[in-house]
Amino acid sequence: MFKFEELGHFWVYLSASPLLGLTITLCAYVFAQWVYARCGFSPLANPVAIAIALVSLVLAASGMSYQRYFAGAQFVHFLLGPATVALAVPLARQMPRLRRSLFPLACALLSGCVTAIVSAVGIAVLMGASPELARSLGPKSATTPIAMAVSEHLGGVPALTAVLVIGTGIFGAVTARFLMNALRIDSHAARGLALGVASHGIGTARAFQVSPEMGAYAGLGMGINGVLTALLAPWLVPLLLRWMGQ
Amino acid sequence: MLLAFAVLLVFQCLGEGLVFLFGLPVPGPVAGMLLLLAALVAFPRLHDTVEAGANELLRHLSLLFVPAGVGIIVAAASGSGHWLAICAAVVGSTLLTLAVTALVLRALTPAHRPGEGGDV
Repeated sequence: MFKFEELGHFWVYLSASPLLGLTITLCAYVFAQWVYARCGFSPLANPVAIAIALVSLVLAASGMSYQRYFAGAQFVHFLLGPATVALAVPLARQMPRLRRSLFPLACALLSGCVTAIVSAVGIAVLMGASPELARSLGPKSATTPIAMAVSEHLGGVPALTAVLVIGTGIFGAVTARFLMNALRIDSHAARGLALGVASHGIGTARAFQVSPEMGAYAGLGMGINGVLTALLAPWLVPLLLRWMGQ
Repeated sequence: MLLAFAVLLVFQCLGEGLVFLFGLPVPGPVAGMLLLLAALVAFPRLHDTVEAGANELLRHLSLLFVPAGVGIIVAAASGSGHWLAICAAVVGSTLLTLAVTALVLRALTPAHRPGEGGDV
């Protein structure tokens, strides 16, 4: 017999197990994918942004805490590690072409990395941001764990940096196509590399939705930009702040 | 599929171990990616083992950012001031980075080589 009075208990029981967080995550993503397809795979309908907004709404509406949600969602979160390792596979497929254009790629990566750091700090300071905020912004184009570590080292706020990293990722993934069309850049290599350098994993995810080749270049951009940011930001940001009189 | 996943996890472990031992400034999975890339170049036969599984995982890369993204939205709700400076810096810097990276690569890449399809 179905007992209606048990329904409330059932919700409490469900939300105490990891099952619910995992289910909410997958359902929100499947729905976001459906919306993305319905919008003709327009970058404006970014599935990461839609899924995050949906899950946040469900949490706010049901009063479920983030900790409780993450108990289930952590199984998905964990896969980010192996997925990062997996980026080596499309990269290895492009190896012959990477070797041939090693010099252009190295120059593009280095100038992109320096632009990301200098422009973020420069614009923030010019707009009257505090030095602490500027330090949190410096590594915003690197992948989250690198950006947070660099931010901490610089004297920024790692939690704020994490917010800025995700915001940067989504903004880059949403606007890249329009900017590239305006600049008349049509090669998948240049588009992919720019997406990876400017907006790390979320840009790379977007590039993989367009083509495996664009994804491979984005993965290369993200990986090398992360390493370069970790190496360059710790001396570039203080130098820039001193030069700008902060 | 299962074997591919095992290989990915082994390389992630190797990466984490390397970062821990030498105190490198990069995350373990990124080191693992570089190690796997070296292994794939050295042993091309490894490709057949990992390719299908790796591509399946990368097809759903977007999904993997959802849990962390939700946490960040929850944290941002208790954010600070200076939102105009933050937005200007993120928007301006991201657009500049995209443009500079793509333009430099295009400027230094020779236009279509004969016998090659190009990547339009």
